[in-house]
Amino acid sequence: MSLLQIEGLTHFFGGLKAVSDFNLELANGEVVGLIGPNGAGKTTVFNLITGVYKPSRGRIRFDGHDLVGLQSCQIISMGIARTFQTIRLFRDLTVLDNVRLGHFAQARYGIRDALMRSAKFRDEEKRIKDKALELLEAFNLTRYAYVPAKALPYGEQRRLEIARALSSNPKLLLLDEPAAGMNPREIDELLERIAWLKDEFHLTIFLIEHQMRVVMGICERIAVLDFGETIAVGAPLEIQTDPRVLEAYLGKEVS
Amino acid sequence: MIILLLQQMLNGLQLGSVYALIALGYTMVYGILRLINFAHGDIFMISCYFGFFAACAFLSKGLPTWLAFIATMMVSMLLTALVAVLIERVAYKPLRYAPKVSAVITALGIGLFLENFTLATLGPTPRGMPALLPNVNYRLGPLSMSSVQILIIIISIVLMFLLDRVVQKTMTGMAMRAVSYDKTTASVMGVPVDKIISITFAIGSAVAGAGGVLYSLAYPIINPYMGVRIGWWAFIAAVIGGIGNVRGAMLGAYILAFVEVFTPMVLPSSTYRDFVAFTVLLIVLVVRPTGLMGRVTAQKV
Amino acid sequence: MGPKSRITLVLVLLGFALCIFIERSGLLSAYILQISMYVGINIILTLSLNLVNGYMGEFSVGHAGFMAIGAYVSSIITVRVFHNQMGPLVFPLAVIVAGIVAAATSFVVAFPSFRTRGDYLAIVTLAFNMIVKSVLENIDALGGPRGFMGMSRLTNLANVYAWCLITIYVVRNFVYSNFGRAVLSIREDEVASNLVSVNTRQMKIMVFLIASFFAGVAGGLFAHVMQFINPRSFAIQKSTDILVMVYLGGIGSIFGSVLGATVYTVLLELLRPLGVWRWVVGPIMLVVLMICRPTGIMGLKELSGLIPREEQVLKEKEGADVVTASD
Repeated sequence: MSLLQIEGLTHFFGGLKAVSDFNLELANGEVVGLIGPNGAGKTTVFNLITGVYKPSRGRIRFDGHDLVGLQSCQIISMGIARTFQTIRLFRDLTVLDNVRLGHFAQARYGIRDALMRSAKFRDEEKRIKDKALELLEAFNLTRYAYVPAKALPYGEQRRLEIARALSSNPKLLLLDEPAAGMNPREIDELLERIAWLKDEFHLTIFLIEHQMRVVMGICERIAVLDFGETIAVGAPLEIQTDPRVLEAYLGKEVS
Repeated sequence: MIILLLQQMLNGLQLGSVYALIALGYTMVYGILRLINFAHGDIFMISCYFGFFAACAFLSKGLPTWLAFIATMMVSMLLTALVAVLIERVAYKPLRYAPKVSAVITALGIGLFLENFTLATLGPTPRGMPALLPNVNYRLGPLSMSSVQILIIIISIVLMFLLDRVVQKTMTGMAMRAVSYDKTTASVMGVPVDKIISITFAIGSAVAGAGGVLYSLAYPIINPYMGVRIGWWAFIAAVIGGIGNVRGAMLGAYILAFVEVFTPMVLPSSTYRDFVAFTVLLIVLVVRPTGLMGRVTAQKV
Repeated sequence: MGPKSRITLVLVLLGFALCIFIERSGLLSAYILQISMYVGINIILTLSLNLVNGYMGEFSVGHAGFMAIGAYVSSIITVRVFHNQMGPLVFPLAVIVAGIVAAATSFVVAFPSFRTRGDYLAIVTLAFNMIVKSVLENIDALGGPRGFMGMSRLTNLANVYAWCLITIYVVRNFVYSNFGRAVLSIREDEVASNLVSVNTRQMKIMVFLIASFFAGVAGGLFAHVMQFINPRSFAIQKSTDILVMVYLGGIGSIFGSVLGATVYTVLLELLRPLGVWRWVVGPIMLVVLMICRPTGIMGLKELSGLIPREEQVLKEKEGADVVTASD
């Protein structure tokens, strides 16, 4: 059964067509890659899915719900989480608070409970804190729990971003260039981590990546964008040999 | 009715010209520093005093009025520019990389300081600006206009035109626009950022200084608090036009001046003018959050 | 109830007793009593504005507008509706209604805040302040520009104290909750906040509601100390005063607001002998403070006694391997 269905997704910036007639289905438990040269419209696709932009045309269905027109926070609470191309942590908040924020939509207490410090409030806060600490433990970040996020080394910040994304209990995880700025050893670690994430949290993963090694390593299917157009969709091996993909990446003279 | 309308339009044109000269200072500083210079209204007030003292001095020396007028304009523009650059160097420059609110609070503080320093040293008694321009009333059919009114409109428009040329065509203007887009890149490209910022303050305040002299010739009562209301109105004008945009400030100023002169014709009393002006402002901001001519910046995710 | 909360309760009650004793005994001069009440009212104003400007990171410059609404609403209730009868009974109710009405008007600011941020939202709040003042000036039934009078002096030290404590309690409980963290995340990065499931619109409405409620309450208390109000008392200058207290004490700090309001109010009184020059010296001190210490007295720090126990970092409890901010 497909978890995410994107049909005819099109988006204009002013007169510029950033994404044109993008179609894709993600089945439950799949790992799918989205690749393409710089400026091909990959991040725009993520922004459209998560409601940062409203698509000019097209439909996005997730888990039986129509996403177009919803606010980002509603989309996230339905079970989609994402990371960012450039790290966007809450830099002055502690690592623990960054992860606790992902639980925002799940906290089952209202403003009155918070202001009166009711028993419900205390139980829920404890539950959220425990869950957050559990996540930090899983990501090997426990010792930084009370440090502002900005004080973390780069690699840890990247890990924290994924941990924060997972805290909202997603079914679908969107990773925007998770390997950016990593060396080969770190990339190996990342690949292992993504495989582990998928099983541990029963995730469907949709990821944007530049580095072929990452994409070829873990993706079951790949979609290729160039200037907003989908030029190929298929298994990694097919993609690698597709002449149109080679052309987009390497220029015309190769083909 | 038509005549009253035309007459009020003329008054609106005169008032709008003065507002525009002051609004330019807000908008130029905002354009370059992203700082709402809340002290600007009081800088305008200071310029009126400069104009007053200069005019008195020149007239007592027996200068012919037209010469005294030109000299007064020069002196007021120059001294106002000096004061503004001094304020920028002493108070704003140390805060250029501090959180923005500190700079805004500082601007508010400087404004209060200027008001109260003037009050403490010169006293609360209003001063009457001596007449520097020949005040002849021309009648065009049933319409009456004074020579002062015409001169104010002409001088303001000439000044605005010159300023627009400076910003659009000269090297300095280009450097200003460069700094306004991106300070770091501009400085890497060899633009002397500090100097350009000072020049912006100087020009913006010199124009306000000219506005001060013209305003006090039209409405010759000068007191330490006059900058508050006029400053706010010029500020709203700048925002309605799209703060940071020079032409927008001029547009906003005229719109607002018309609001001010036409409010008493529609509503029972002129005390509604603040209400109308700020409601216009609110509506503009809700409909076009960056003003009528402001550029809309897309959010990068 | 833990030992700490028991101590807090005892202190609170002692405070009340002290307030009533001071007022009854005439130990302090009427002047000092008045200043103390101003300090309290300013604490309420500062803390509520800190919620918007400090915690949420918006720049509201129209807080006095909400205060004006509270002042007029409460005065109408005590003077026009109840004709100054049953004062002590009606007054708390009047103050609460004042807060609610002020909060209801905050939507004028909250809705634009969905689309607008930073300087432009600041201008929206400014416009709000100016519009409130202008409307009040044009309602003849409320005295127009001459103002509104006839209130009895219903505000006393004890109820200022009570409202101060309520404000501190509410702000603290709000800040140290899911909602508070969400508000902080809006300050850091609004888009990202939305993308980790925070309903930023709801949070903004909530913050403006709470902040304007307490501004309204402060207005009610203020009107019944002064016994006379006019639109000019709630002009932009008043908003600026509150802003200064927030940034003097330090944004994002409850204790900072208490300190900022107290220091500013007392300092202005101490400078009174300077006459006109008071307003020359004051702004200079402000500018110097902003240049030397832009984060205010507390500089984002909080008095540890105000942080709920479960939010404090307990090194011993979490084990030795915890890295803390001071490392």
